[in-house]
Amino acid sequence: MPIIEARGLARTFTSRKRTVHAVRGVDLTVEAGEIVGFLGPNGAGKTTTLRMLTTLLEPTAGTATVAGADLRRNPLEVRRRIGYVPQAIGQTMGGTDPECLVNEELLDQAALYRIGKADAARRAAALTAQLDLSGLDKRPVKTLSGGQRRRLEIALGLVHEPPLVFLDEPTTGLDPQSRSNLWEHIRGLRSDLGTTVFLTTHYLEEADALCDRVFIIDNGVTVASGTPDELKRQVSGDVVTLAVNGAHDKARELLARQPIVADVAVGGDGVLRLSVVNGAEALPALLRVLDDAGITLASINLSRPTLDDVFLTMTGRSLRDDSPSAAAADEPEPQPAGKE
Amino acid sequence: MSFIRDTLIVFRRELRLSLRNPAWMVIVLVQPVLYLVLFGPLLTKLPAATFSGSAGSAAAGSAEAYRFFVPGLLIQLGLFGSTFVGFAIISDWRGGVIERFRVTPVSRLAVMSGRVLRDTMVLVLQAVILVLAGVAFGLRAPVTAVLISLGFIVFVAVGLASVSYATALTVKSEDAFAPLLNSIIVPLVLLSGIMLPLTLAPGWLQGVARISPFRYIIDAMREAFAGHYANTIMLEGVLVAAGLAVICLVLGSRVFVRENA
Repeated sequence: MPIIEARGLARTFTSRKRTVHAVRGVDLTVEAGEIVGFLGPNGAGKTTTLRMLTTLLEPTAGTATVAGADLRRNPLEVRRRIGYVPQAIGQTMGGTDPECLVNEELLDQAALYRIGKADAARRAAALTAQLDLSGLDKRPVKTLSGGQRRRLEIALGLVHEPPLVFLDEPTTGLDPQSRSNLWEHIRGLRSDLGTTVFLTTHYLEEADALCDRVFIIDNGVTVASGTPDELKRQVSGDVVTLAVNGAHDKARELLARQPIVADVAVGGDGVLRLSVVNGAEALPALLRVLDDAGITLASINLSRPTLDDVFLTMTGRSLRDDSPSAAAADEPEPQPAGKE
Repeated sequence: MSFIRDTLIVFRRELRLSLRNPAWMVIVLVQPVLYLVLFGPLLTKLPAATFSGSAGSAAAGSAEAYRFFVPGLLIQLGLFGSTFVGFAIISDWRGGVIERFRVTPVSRLAVMSGRVLRDTMVLVLQAVILVLAGVAFGLRAPVTAVLISLGFIVFVAVGLASVSYATALTVKSEDAFAPLLNSIIVPLVLLSGIMLPLTLAPGWLQGVARISPFRYIIDAMREAFAGHYANTIMLEGVLVAAGLAVICLVLGSRVFVRENA
């Protein structure tokens, strides 16, 4: 049985007679043990969907089962079984109080899940070790680095050992080193604790590096899902770019006849661009054809589609346009003192 | 009952955070004394008739003046203390703390009630300090009257803190919350007869002052301080205080329990 199953989940906001369809119909199936990414530009409905799945927002339509409990009929049971780590930038922050000590946050969080004191202390110790926070337990939250604070926020989402944890933009705002470090920790959640991870991101490389499967959401609808490789294959296949010494037309004719070549285009510089299904396998065959015809190569290059190409194909827009500088522009002013 | 346990979890956390803030501690402890020191000497110079309505032009004894003044200051502490607690919840909301709590199985109402419990405790503590300082200055009042007043203070703190949190969490902006508070509290202070008796006011102002719930509560507290415990003024005061607390609690709970806050 899938750990998340959502059908037609939708949310409409009505204000002053204007109706905004923030999420029009999201279908999701996530199996236990997966790391799943929810990818989309800002305003696509990622956070609204996440807020519905975590019982922060009531759906206006659709059904969902989350961690075995019915989202609409039994939200309290959903809350008991999931962990949630809010996004740490934007309108609201990641959920830790700058004045609290690290250990106090962990023990308070455990108390909220009605975990006894001895158990809570044991879990707090295990989580600080797991998330590389050892030795920081007596430190006020405001003295932590960005990466440490983010790991504490993730630890808070795991205090009750939930089978499923939701991470909203887990690495946004972190420097590249802290980001790849956090990826390691997120992989560790699955391998060490067996936790299913559902995360939102607008970083393509994050979805690519971290996620087993990706859902792409645009305009409030899930437009595609699959492993990053499957999605890339669906798009256009790989592109082989090659330049030959003379005999352009002959080379073009020859290559176009190959069954593995879907399309050939000639650039203004005489460079040939070939769309092929599987570039890595196609390369030797292409080289042999040219060699047999006595055509010599000046250069050759193989490029594989990125998730951005996938997004471009699915939605007609580039995800890159929206991240990360545009995303930063969307955020409100930096928080005043005390939130550093 | 799990609601009580949840309330205590939030209460403990909030109290711990408050106690860690030295500025907050000092203000809480000094504020009641400051009110008394700044305003008290003014009042003891007023003629006794101002307070009692009886004849005589001699300056009122300080006991008389403080029996009038201390109940007013108790309410002023509430009006300027408990109404401002909402600011803290705006920063908690912005910090994502409210949202984090709302995704746990903890009662969503406890997010408010735990804080209100802390605020009520603080106001009662301030009230006790104020009364003790008042005694040092010359206040003479029956112990029963003091206990009754503390009872009123509990109702006032519960009501004002609840409505402060609910309002703050609705507007979600300090820039909107601060002017809103000022525009409500200042008229309330004037209309409640805190500084001066409303019997000095012209008829129309006395009429307008009827809309302030605190006016009834202060009157009842003054009755208690004068040793009158069973009359219509006291009954009105108790009903208004309890009504205020209940209505504000219900309004506050609705904001905290509603699905999308």
